Amino acid sequence: MILGNVWLHLHPPKMRRHAVRIKFTWCMGGITFLLFLVTLVTGVVLMFYYRPTGEYAYYDLKYLMHDVPFGAVVRNMHRWAAHSMVITVMLHMFRVFMTGSYKPPREFNWVVGILLITFTLLLSFTGYLLPWDQLAIWAITVASNMARATPLLGHEGPFAAQLGIGSRYDARSIMLAGTIVAPATLLRFYVLHCIVIPIAAAMLMILHFWRIRKDGGISGPL
Amino acid sequence: MASEAATAQSNPVKRPPPKKKKERILGLPPDRLSDDHIWTRRDFFSLTGWAMFLGSLSVGGIGFLRFMFPRVLFEPDPTFKAGFPNEYPPGTVSEKYIPSQRVWIANLPEEGGLVAISAICTHLGCTPRWLASEEKYKCPCHGSGFTKEGINFEGPAPRPLERWKIGLAEDGQILIDKSKKYLSEKGEWGKPGSYLPV
Repeated sequence: MILGNVWLHLHPPKMRRHAVRIKFTWCMGGITFLLFLVTLVTGVVLMFYYRPTGEYAYYDLKYLMHDVPFGAVVRNMHRWAAHSMVITVMLHMFRVFMTGSYKPPREFNWVVGILLITFTLLLSFTGYLLPWDQLAIWAITVASNMARATPLLGHEGPFAAQLGIGSRYDARSIMLAGTIVAPATLLRFYVLHCIVIPIAAAMLMILHFWRIRKDGGISGPL
Repeated sequence: MASEAATAQSNPVKRPPPKKKKERILGLPPDRLSDDHIWTRRDFFSLTGWAMFLGSLSVGGIGFLRFMFPRVLFEPDPTFKAGFPNEYPPGTVSEKYIPSQRVWIANLPEEGGLVAISAICTHLGCTPRWLASEEKYKCPCHGSGFTKEGINFEGPAPRPLERWKIGLAEDGQILIDKSKKYLSEKGEWGKPGSYLPV
């Protein structure tokens, strides 16, 4: 029970000294995880005031920013930590690549990392709509229009005509819950942003940290 | 066993014939296979269990996919009625439905009749204006220009303006459907539905 517990075995029992040098790791993985925890905590705090509906979303945001004690602080912490996390995750990926830490036996963990950067960007994408202002709505409109061109699944993509895929039932409409960015989209993005993607990302992070240990700790110098 | 023939001549010791290697069936190892049955009872039940598990998972997954496409959308109707065809004399471009629908209704005899032109610039999506004196649509954002038919001829727009489906309703009014596009670059202009003969 204790030996098989992933929580107690996320960290390796010993570290090589070179591996925890800032010059080697830049601490980018750790900082990324710290920023994820910040967004997680502030995000939960924000959920106490935010209602994901067309009528309320924008006004709850105004309320948070102007009338809730520390509301602006919490929201800005959430925003900045999220923006920073995208940057640090890319720097972490760059460091891992430059130190050759993607090579066997760590190739599986590189793939987990690719999935994690994807989920990080999806968290950004879904969170971007939640303020429900003009910027958010049009950004998601433009971005989701790209899904029209998905091969086989998008109604303006290759093979759409042969498969008879229309704008009502394609990759874009399952994302938007309709054919335009509407309150239904807001609710869908909210559920993805607060529940589905964070859980998936957290599970992959556990796997990611555990694999570091399994693959023999942080990689050595080249 | 490359040296089998040589050893058989020099060393006449009787050897048991080599055992026939059993083939793997359905990925099951040979030692799990008996001679008179393909699967053991246990294999059958475990395979059945997995099939049921994966089957119910995929049924649930397909059901969830369908669940994510609602039958009713709370959105503006993509179709609208735009008066009677005789309200649009030949050669004119009407801006009547620009504020409410972002659509020009142009009567272009050389195109076969009435067309519904989408007022969304193909460059970055601003709303061009119809300049009647110059007979062109001009986009205020980056200067794209389109002929009366909607062909891009100046500025950064990469494609002609898009056309919506146009037809007649039961009451004889023009019916425009903004869920169906007709694109020039796909050779769809001139297809039935892309214009309304007048």
